[in-house]
Amino acid sequence: MALLEVQNLEIAVSAKGKLLPVVQSVSFSVDDNETLGIVGESGCGKSLTALAIMGLLGGTTVRITGGSIRFDGMDLLTLSERERRSIMGNQMAMIFQEPMTSLNPVYRIGDQIIENIRQHQKMTKAQARDRVVELLSLVRIPNPSERVDSFPHQMSGGQRQRVMIAMALSCDPKLLIADEPTTALDVTVQKEVLDLMADLQTRMGTAIILISHDLGVISETSNKVAVMYRGRVAEAAETESLFLELAHPYTRGLLNSMPVVDSDVDWLEAIPGRVPTLEEELTGCAFHPRCASATELCLTTVPKETEFKHGHSVQCHFPGKVAP
Amino acid sequence: MSEPLLSIVDLKKHYHTKSLWPFGKKQVIKAVDGVSFEIAPGEVLSLVGESGCGKSTVGRTLTHLEQATSGHALFEGQDFLMMSSSEFRPLRREIQMIFQDPFASLNPRLKIEQTLGEPLFIHGLCSTWEEARNKIAIMLETVGMDPMVMKRHPHEFSGGQRQRIGIARVMILKPKLVIADEAVSALDVSIQAQVLNLIKKLQQDSGISMLFISHDLGVVRHISNRVAVMHEGKIVEIGLKNEIFEAPKHEYTRKLLSSIPRVKTGRELV
Repeated sequence: MALLEVQNLEIAVSAKGKLLPVVQSVSFSVDDNETLGIVGESGCGKSLTALAIMGLLGGTTVRITGGSIRFDGMDLLTLSERERRSIMGNQMAMIFQEPMTSLNPVYRIGDQIIENIRQHQKMTKAQARDRVVELLSLVRIPNPSERVDSFPHQMSGGQRQRVMIAMALSCDPKLLIADEPTTALDVTVQKEVLDLMADLQTRMGTAIILISHDLGVISETSNKVAVMYRGRVAEAAETESLFLELAHPYTRGLLNSMPVVDSDVDWLEAIPGRVPTLEEELTGCAFHPRCASATELCLTTVPKETEFKHGHSVQCHFPGKVAP
Repeated sequence: MSEPLLSIVDLKKHYHTKSLWPFGKKQVIKAVDGVSFEIAPGEVLSLVGESGCGKSTVGRTLTHLEQATSGHALFEGQDFLMMSSSEFRPLRREIQMIFQDPFASLNPRLKIEQTLGEPLFIHGLCSTWEEARNKIAIMLETVGMDPMVMKRHPHEFSGGQRQRIGIARVMILKPKLVIADEAVSALDVSIQAQVLNLIKKLQQDSGISMLFISHDLGVVRHISNRVAVMHEGKIVEIGLKNEIFEAPKHEYTRKLLSSIPRVKTGRELV
């Protein structure tokens, strides 16, 4: 059994007295030493899925309405608040997109990491501080023993994101969820941060879920990819086999939408239209309004998950078919 | 090359930081330190670089959002860089800016028609609301939006739609030079492609010149004719798009290009 198994996860938002599904029958698994890339555009449910795993979907408007999330043999959805708290930040940690806003500006970065360590492990402040210095040097912050007393505003965006990584790693988590960890960073810094994460993974065997909108980032870092569109996994496969032959028209559209640095194109093949809003009720495949090869069938029936090739699943009635 | 529409000579913007101590040394931060370039009519020049390299400051000094420290900026032969704001006002219609953050750049209290209509009245392009609404409706269609949306407020729109509105607000004035500061950076890939195609089409159809400021080299390659790479307040390399991307001369350009994560596709095999 894999470290994390998400089965038929359903998340709904209640708005205007109705329950609107935002994540529908999403399933995937991640194991030690593995990086799962979840790619999709905003509103596709990728971040909500991550928050659901982390148990951060509190509140009444967004809630999990079905499915199961099993982590290390435990069912995360039935844990008590207390049990959940002992896992989050400890065995499972998350890095958020915005290194600018996810650190508290009025506390020294060292104290913020110490707080997390002491929450979960019996350590004196001095021990925890040593551990922080060690972590900061692990994430390649120069002069860690001095920078431990820095405030967030004294660090650059890349350094702050490294601090976030250090904080996430402070209790040696088994699973690290990184939600757009490098989106706010420069490309050269992005490369450093991604290299760092890969390096830490080989050293510690952490399982990583990397959420990104950038197919390039996903392609370079992940072993497995799940492409999400409007709350569903449109296509999932091992990275190599996915990019070898894209089965879902949305994935192809996404790839063709990306302006690339290595060649010239006159016009990008943008996917027409936009992601339908939650209020819009859709029949059939969620992608059919934007799909060039949609047929009558796509309008009426939601495609089932089918195996396109071995280990390459797709939710499309006509997988692999390029529109004429 | 024809007479340039815009030529920048030795543009500088230095910031003075306050010292922590009463008699301590003040530091000078050279955000833009001697930048020169020209943009021909109908040309798209991209300024590319990482955050803090000064690329946005260049755009902001050219639209008088910030006062430049020194230098010259000639727009159709007229040096406007050091103009007072009243002298610069007639040029504001000609030099327009598209901002990065579609959530911050639209006034949340104004309806879309007010946001798009106000500049029309200010610059005297319309005298009645009926006329303005007609123009707004045509413009909204041009940027791919339903004209009915003019009655709505910004919060009702997605990022991509807001950016289209931002583009409409600029294009409705028929400017000669558009400065686009990270105009598509906040958008999703599929929406970004649409907006990029839109910007490119509007630029080609109207023949406006554009200073396209971006950190994204893929986007830059797609949209520009020429590219200037900035690093630490200076242009380290400037040239035709193909020269920069196919045969980068400066080491920093090469480092930038090699840092980009690339999709390893099966496309090459097919």
